[in-house]
Amino acid sequence: MPYALCFLLFMIGLYCAVVKKNMVKIVIGIMVMEYAVNLFLIMLGFRTHGEAPIVGKEHIAGPAGQVSSLFINTSVDPLPQALVLTAIVISLGSLALMISICIRTYEKYGTFDITQIRRLRG
Amino acid sequence: MSIPLPVFVAVPLVMAFLLPIAGGFGKKGKALATVLANLATVSLLVLAASSIGRPQVYQVGRWSIPLGINMVLDGLSSLVLLAVSIVSAAAMLFSARYMEQYTAKPKYLSLFLLMVAGMNGLVLSGDVFNLFVFLEIASLASYALVGFGCEHEELEAAFKYMVLGSIGSLFVLFGVALVYGNTGSLNMAYISKAIQSSQLNAGLSFALALFIVGFGIKAALVPFHAWLPDAHPSAPAPISAMLSGVLIKTLGVYALVRIVFNVFGVSIQIGWLLVVLGLLSMVAGAFLAIGQWDFKRLLAYSSISQIGYVVLGIGLGGLIMAKYNNLAWASLAILGGLFHLVNHAVYKSLLFLTSGSLQMATGTRQLRSMGGLAERMPVTRATCTVASAAIVGIPPFSGFWSKLILVIAAVQAHFYWVAAIIVFVSLCTLIMYLKVQRYVFLGELPENLRQTQESRGSMLVAMVFLACLCALMGLLLVPSLRETILEPAVKVLTGGVSYSADIIRMSMKV
Amino acid sequence: MKGMTVIVKTISSWVKVLIFLFGIYIVIFGHLTPGGGFAGGVILASSYVLLMLAFGREFVEKNLSLGVASKLDCVGALLFAAIALFGMAYGAASFFYNFLQQQYQYGQPLKLASAGTIPLSNIAIGLKVGASLFMVILALSTFRPNGSVEQKE
Repeated sequence: MPYALCFLLFMIGLYCAVVKKNMVKIVIGIMVMEYAVNLFLIMLGFRTHGEAPIVGKEHIAGPAGQVSSLFINTSVDPLPQALVLTAIVISLGSLALMISICIRTYEKYGTFDITQIRRLRG
Repeated sequence: MSIPLPVFVAVPLVMAFLLPIAGGFGKKGKALATVLANLATVSLLVLAASSIGRPQVYQVGRWSIPLGINMVLDGLSSLVLLAVSIVSAAAMLFSARYMEQYTAKPKYLSLFLLMVAGMNGLVLSGDVFNLFVFLEIASLASYALVGFGCEHEELEAAFKYMVLGSIGSLFVLFGVALVYGNTGSLNMAYISKAIQSSQLNAGLSFALALFIVGFGIKAALVPFHAWLPDAHPSAPAPISAMLSGVLIKTLGVYALVRIVFNVFGVSIQIGWLLVVLGLLSMVAGAFLAIGQWDFKRLLAYSSISQIGYVVLGIGLGGLIMAKYNNLAWASLAILGGLFHLVNHAVYKSLLFLTSGSLQMATGTRQLRSMGGLAERMPVTRATCTVASAAIVGIPPFSGFWSKLILVIAAVQAHFYWVAAIIVFVSLCTLIMYLKVQRYVFLGELPENLRQTQESRGSMLVAMVFLACLCALMGLLLVPSLRETILEPAVKVLTGGVSYSADIIRMSMKV
Repeated sequence: MKGMTVIVKTISSWVKVLIFLFGIYIVIFGHLTPGGGFAGGVILASSYVLLMLAFGREFVEKNLSLGVASKLDCVGALLFAAIALFGMAYGAASFFYNFLQQQYQYGQPLKLASAGTIPLSNIAIGLKVGASLFMVILALSTFRPNGSVEQKE
């Protein structure tokens, strides 16, 4: 059920990116899509009554400092969290580039309206 | 001695970050930066050529799969890597002279090398999230490079490309998330194993659909091609050559083919889908290109059409494998598609480089305002004619052989109407390139172009290098060369989902 | 870009040091607590953004110009690549190998000096991300709302 809501958020972002005429609103729509995908990715790793995947003193057992099975049985999946960190960094870079293109376009054309920025046609 | 695979990613990345430091020393620093960048791409070409025929699996950080990330060099990867290295070496050599008319050259060179690093990493990746990360690196670098000149049209084209490209990448990321949720692993070999042992449930089918749409946006297949006719003309000429020559092929076609054939396994519906997408792209691209009067826009639509050939060939092979289970017919179709991929990389990038040299000499891209440049620019005219003959499909140039193989494969598998459409679109391609030749090189020389001169220096070297390759690439069908370069790539695709068993076996051996 | 009032300037010149120190803490303890290179780098950059908002853009640009930030950025990336390539000294098949942990096994788990090359990579990434975000915000701040742009060379 939460996955369907995530997909709904993704569709809302897609609607915003496709239908709106202001460049900044299109950028915001793409950012909403990114948030939806990141949220979906984190929710994949969830486990009911799970704990944060940080190894503390109580999880170290054994002589060589092995992590005990208590950790593996109670923590949520840490791999999607690493994937989401990477995806957030990528979306930050992409957002910076999109905003700077918007700013430069405003300098040249004087408007943010994409229906008036149509020199390339055919 | 086998080359450690991270070298292909590490060399352009390290050089991309050395260049702003080197370029900060004034004029001598800029010349040093150009020399270093060219050194990087030429050494990548040498490394890629010497790694043909030596498949290996490299486990990064000595973490064995499925715990760690691996990099895979098999037949298909080495073929595409070779194509990427050839085109990037030529485009970097061309831009040593061409980018003098823009400012901030060390930044351009860094971005170019980042794009090359991203493409190399994508081709060599054995892990589906790693593929997404390198896809994004190459895409972001290309968005910045398309809008490099910061003029009106370039910014508009860069924004359009960026929005559509980001949406495509987000579809791919959503697909990766669904695949992880359903199979529990990110390694392509292990995902493939999990999919073969269970049927495709709803989540995995939806992930496959998302992958096809996402990579289709990157490859500019026809319902998703809206960014390409604006982005390719507005970019500087060596970047257009890279975008049209290798970027849409690695980010789009290679990734799509790898995911569909090796991870999911091709079925009859997917085969028909690829065939229909290829046919639509071929026909729509050819029709839209004939009416263009902007040289680079015509070349961009022609790229859409030729990528349709590649996807058609590979889709036809997949369909034959799924429907008739006849590996000989399927491998002929896939051979035609892959050979056309490599050929198109070489001659389309040569065409964009000649358009760049024409633009630098005459200052315009419109066909109506050029004419009669045959005597003033002989080398450009010769290379452009060679590339046009190759793309149209005149023997003995390379384009003829790949189109012939596609037609034979279609006829052999009783798809006669597909063969008829291939021949018809080749006729349309002939019309558009005859138009180019007549308006640019024959006819009368207008008044304001009496003083144009031939391009000099590194631009000429790059164009002549690619023209020689165009003429000689037909020799890749000679049996000894074909078996080392083309056949392993075809075997990877016809092997389909046995990719996973091969990778796991190769990684245990190390 | 003008600065703000005297109260804001005084307080922010005390607070920026704390923010910078907090960013360094997040970077160095990245292998023990959540955070690591990227999050710490964002905090480092935000201390400079606070300075930019309080004192004005020209003040900060005199302090740490775009050229110096660009060089710091490249140094961070090259440091990361160097750490990854040092692993190759232990065999050709070990790019990115955590050689400090696997070969020497110094330190114990949950102490600061453990986990091999991971803290060093975190420091390199923190430096790079901080410098890059600072450059991005500095470069974007030349925009003027009435459509004209400050002249920059």
